[in-house]
Amino acid sequence: MTARSAILEKLTQAAKIRAGEGNKIPNRPDFCVMERDVMDLTSLCNQFETVISKVNGEVIRTSEENLVICIQQLLQDKQVKCLLLPSAHEFQETLAKSVEEILLYDREIEQWKDQLFNNIDASITSTLGGIAETGSLVLWPSLEEPRLMSLVPPIHIAILHKKDIQPTFWHFMKRHNWSQGMPTNALLISGPSKTADIEQTLAYGVHGPKELIVLLVE
Amino acid sequence: MSLSQGKNTFQSRSRAAIEDPKLRANFLSAMDGLMSKRDQAFEDKAQLERLRILGAQVRQNALVKLPELLVELETKLTQKGVQVHWAQSPEEAVDIIKAISLNVGAKNIIKGKSMVSEEIHLNEKMAEIGVRCLESDLGEYIIQLAKETPSHIVMPAIHKNTAEIADLLHEKTGIERKEDAIYMTEQARLQLRKNFMAADIGLSGVNFAVAETGTLCLVENEGNGRLSTTVPKTHIAIMGIEKVVEKLEDVTPLLSLLTRSATGQAITTYFNMISGPRKENELDGPESVHLVLLDHGRTQMYQDDELLETLRCIRCAACMNHCPVYTRVGGHAYGFTYPGPIGKILMPHLEGLDETQALPTASSLCGACAEVCPVKIPIPDLLVRLREESNNENRQTSRVKGAGVKRHGIEPIIWSMWRWWHQGEKRYNFMTSMMAQFRFLQPKTLSPWTHYRSLPKLAKKTFHQQMKERQVRINRQAENLKATSKGEKL
Repeated sequence: MTARSAILEKLTQAAKIRAGEGNKIPNRPDFCVMERDVMDLTSLCNQFETVISKVNGEVIRTSEENLVICIQQLLQDKQVKCLLLPSAHEFQETLAKSVEEILLYDREIEQWKDQLFNNIDASITSTLGGIAETGSLVLWPSLEEPRLMSLVPPIHIAILHKKDIQPTFWHFMKRHNWSQGMPTNALLISGPSKTADIEQTLAYGVHGPKELIVLLVE
Repeated sequence: MSLSQGKNTFQSRSRAAIEDPKLRANFLSAMDGLMSKRDQAFEDKAQLERLRILGAQVRQNALVKLPELLVELETKLTQKGVQVHWAQSPEEAVDIIKAISLNVGAKNIIKGKSMVSEEIHLNEKMAEIGVRCLESDLGEYIIQLAKETPSHIVMPAIHKNTAEIADLLHEKTGIERKEDAIYMTEQARLQLRKNFMAADIGLSGVNFAVAETGTLCLVENEGNGRLSTTVPKTHIAIMGIEKVVEKLEDVTPLLSLLTRSATGQAITTYFNMISGPRKENELDGPESVHLVLLDHGRTQMYQDDELLETLRCIRCAACMNHCPVYTRVGGHAYGFTYPGPIGKILMPHLEGLDETQALPTASSLCGACAEVCPVKIPIPDLLVRLREESNNENRQTSRVKGAGVKRHGIEPIIWSMWRWWHQGEKRYNFMTSMMAQFRFLQPKTLSPWTHYRSLPKLAKKTFHQQMKERQVRINRQAENLKATSKGEKL
């Protein structure tokens, strides 16, 4: 007998005995505790900013028109020399003036691991949305914006649109119908990477980004 | 494999821990900090209670449907190209991982934090075939350098203070000795970065596996889990079979309970949901993903409605953070992979009661663990149950491996006599009055009870005798009262 069938047989037998003893399969639990009072977008935005700021996430509010200028200013402030952009990014040309070098994530990781890990100062990614209660960004890495874009560079700049903020993770997955299908990788990101493994002293920037900057487009 | 040899090792290890003031100070301050952080994270206690009820229901629901959900998970993952493996024992799990490593010609494995990999002692087993496992979670990295095991399931290096870690990192990695957590964290980042790039395989645990969508969820703060599961060409995830949940929405209350109960965070920095290997045209992510499902005693718990509740655990460690015993003796005193209250109800199933007989007794049954458990596991009840199982006379029919291990010598005879005395009024009264009468024969010490406590003494008169005398006294007084009041009327 394979391990699979041995394990499943033990479980099925016990489940059968349980059913035989009259224990019905319970109904799906009631998730009403996850409901929240309705909040307008501005309050959600404020909540998002408050919560993510507590864990060293930086929020810069801007508008669609000012977004590019805002990024240029930010790149200058953070003294970014080498910027990583998704392949075929709309700002590619405009931002070229603000940094020494722009790299596009357009090759398989194996071909340029060293460069990705060692040369890049910052990356810019989009987001699928945000979660107010936990101050989280929701990312679905894609062909254009692969997984490591939001992880390896020391500064991660994420663009979040106000309209995409939901009260909780539960609301977010319901709204986007996630149960119907998930991408190979989906992420919640809530602040720069951190650890408290040395005597509970909080230190930011362990293996992931040291800084997370959210450009909140209102 | 058990670390405990010989009979009294929990006792001797906990004694050594109690006599180590530095260790006690490290645990005391850490547990105090974690308790207050958790408390602050759940401001609204009524909301917390409702969330705990939902958390318990979600886990219980998944357990009731466990066989179907495991098959569904396997089907969904397989459709997406994840290879699912099943292992009944730690040995089988290690063999599966060895086979994958040989197949891809791996020399180096980079590991995200995984308690199941500790459970199967993966690092030492892989070393046998020349494959090097490197821990990348900072706490795990520290204890790997120190050649120790985790003393806590969420904060593995909690038993060490900053000075000790500074010594260790200086000695083992050659960095400057600075008692500065931020400096040391930065150095560890630099040391580990090239290892992420060079690793052939990334190995991780799983916090929740969603059957509905075929998704493996990982909770972490450092980013090492994401790197381990994204950079190397092969990703191996390992989990206990109980970690599956039915629907994607089921992870939302559990995640909220887990991070707040564990470290008082509203959420961790990363919540990573993996549903498959790199697709064609995708530019990163592992080319192959394997999931190892481990039984190791879990189907044993599954056979029994009460013991089943152990499997609800989401490994937040709140029970150990709040345990007065754990806080005083620390995680290593228990001698097994999972310490603290959850370890005491889990390890007997993984290793057998015969190996772990001290564990269910290492508790004052104060109930703090059950009070804080986010999925409402009745830990004290389960401890009492395991104590009973240790003395179970029906070894063959018990559902617990190693049951009846403590049932030997004169003790069962004494207890059956005890029961017999209590079964008849006459013999009970006779026995107790004899004991009262011959109480001068009582021994002067009752070891080991009197090692730490004063000697209880038998009373001159039995409780029943005293009650009878009291009744006589009351009756007499009542009669006197009646007599006087009659006299007054006359």
